[in-house]
Amino acid sequence: MKQNLLKKPRWSPYLVGSLLGILSWITFAFMGKALGTSTSMAQAAGGIERLAAPTHVSENAYFSKYLGTIAEPKPMIEWQFMLVIFLAIGALFAAKLAKSTFKESVPDLWAARFGSSKPLRFTFAFLGGILVIIGARMAGGCTSGHGLSGGMQLSTSGWIFLAAMFIAGVPTALILYPRSLNQGAKS
Amino acid sequence: MSAWFADPTTLALGAATGLVFGFLLQKGGVTRFNVIVNQFRLVDFTVLKVMLTAIIVGGLGIYAMHAMGMGFALHIKATALLSNSLGGLIFGVGMVVLGYCPGTAVAAIGDGSKHAIVGVLGMLVGAAIYAELYPWLTAHVLKVGDLGKITLASQLGVSPFVILIPLAIFAFFLFRFLDHKKTITPAQ
Repeated sequence: MKQNLLKKPRWSPYLVGSLLGILSWITFAFMGKALGTSTSMAQAAGGIERLAAPTHVSENAYFSKYLGTIAEPKPMIEWQFMLVIFLAIGALFAAKLAKSTFKESVPDLWAARFGSSKPLRFTFAFLGGILVIIGARMAGGCTSGHGLSGGMQLSTSGWIFLAAMFIAGVPTALILYPRSLNQGAKS
Repeated sequence: MSAWFADPTTLALGAATGLVFGFLLQKGGVTRFNVIVNQFRLVDFTVLKVMLTAIIVGGLGIYAMHAMGMGFALHIKATALLSNSLGGLIFGVGMVVLGYCPGTAVAAIGDGSKHAIVGVLGMLVGAAIYAELYPWLTAHVLKVGDLGKITLASQLGVSPFVILIPLAIFAFFLFRFLDHKKTITPAQ
């Protein structure tokens, strides 16, 4: 009997890629939107900071682009913000359907190189997160906004971003996890 | 206007899109740290296969619908040579250290990754830091090499299909090569 596709833990990357492309047709043609995620991180950061320091956020040239000012606020929670929240719910749903329960604090590839200390892994996850967003906001988008949406529209900015991401990412990965490290090579 | 919520229809459409997007990222395996890091180690090409397929299918469909006269807007981000490349370089280092990009980190939380939660907290702090750096960056970095909203097709003066179709053919052979290589040299 053919296994139910929804219950399969992993789909072909070509099927997933094609469906992400089709999802983009729908967001472009019927919602007037392009997939993206990193703007929401700026909105969330500004929205939280706004609770403690409303004047500072209102006067900040970056936050006010997205959140407006005290006199004329813009909503923090809009299309992309909901998309980001539901990313986690969609992934949870996919994992539950396949019963592929997974808990990870320290990935095995990391542990093979840096040990199984949770505080160490969490510290570097935090620092990595800081770099990821500073880079994304400086570039004007991330893997989804520049990489997918920009890439498919052939926007020059998206292809420069993708090239730079790999130019920096490949040597970083080979320094942190040399090829001799076999742990997790098959993922 | 409200400081917190957009209109309900916009919110519902965003939620539906995110639900499908997150579902697909998990099924594609790109919510896993090892899959993403092993792409940058050049031992697992799942990320490249997913992204390049999405770019080709998405691009062909969007530009075909556009050519048929469907009058929706494109969303081309401006090119600024210094900030696109410098930002991309910083992003690439961060993505390998964290093991996720922003979208896959949030989806990974749903998939059971605890360190992705810490990574997303780092992103919020990173966004607050960026907001403080923004006035200086605006003066010194962000406008360097500003070329406006250009595409590879507009730069070359050709139809997008002149790039997308050869890209699809290239990807077809690249994928065949990668999948063939995998079967003759099994991962240790």
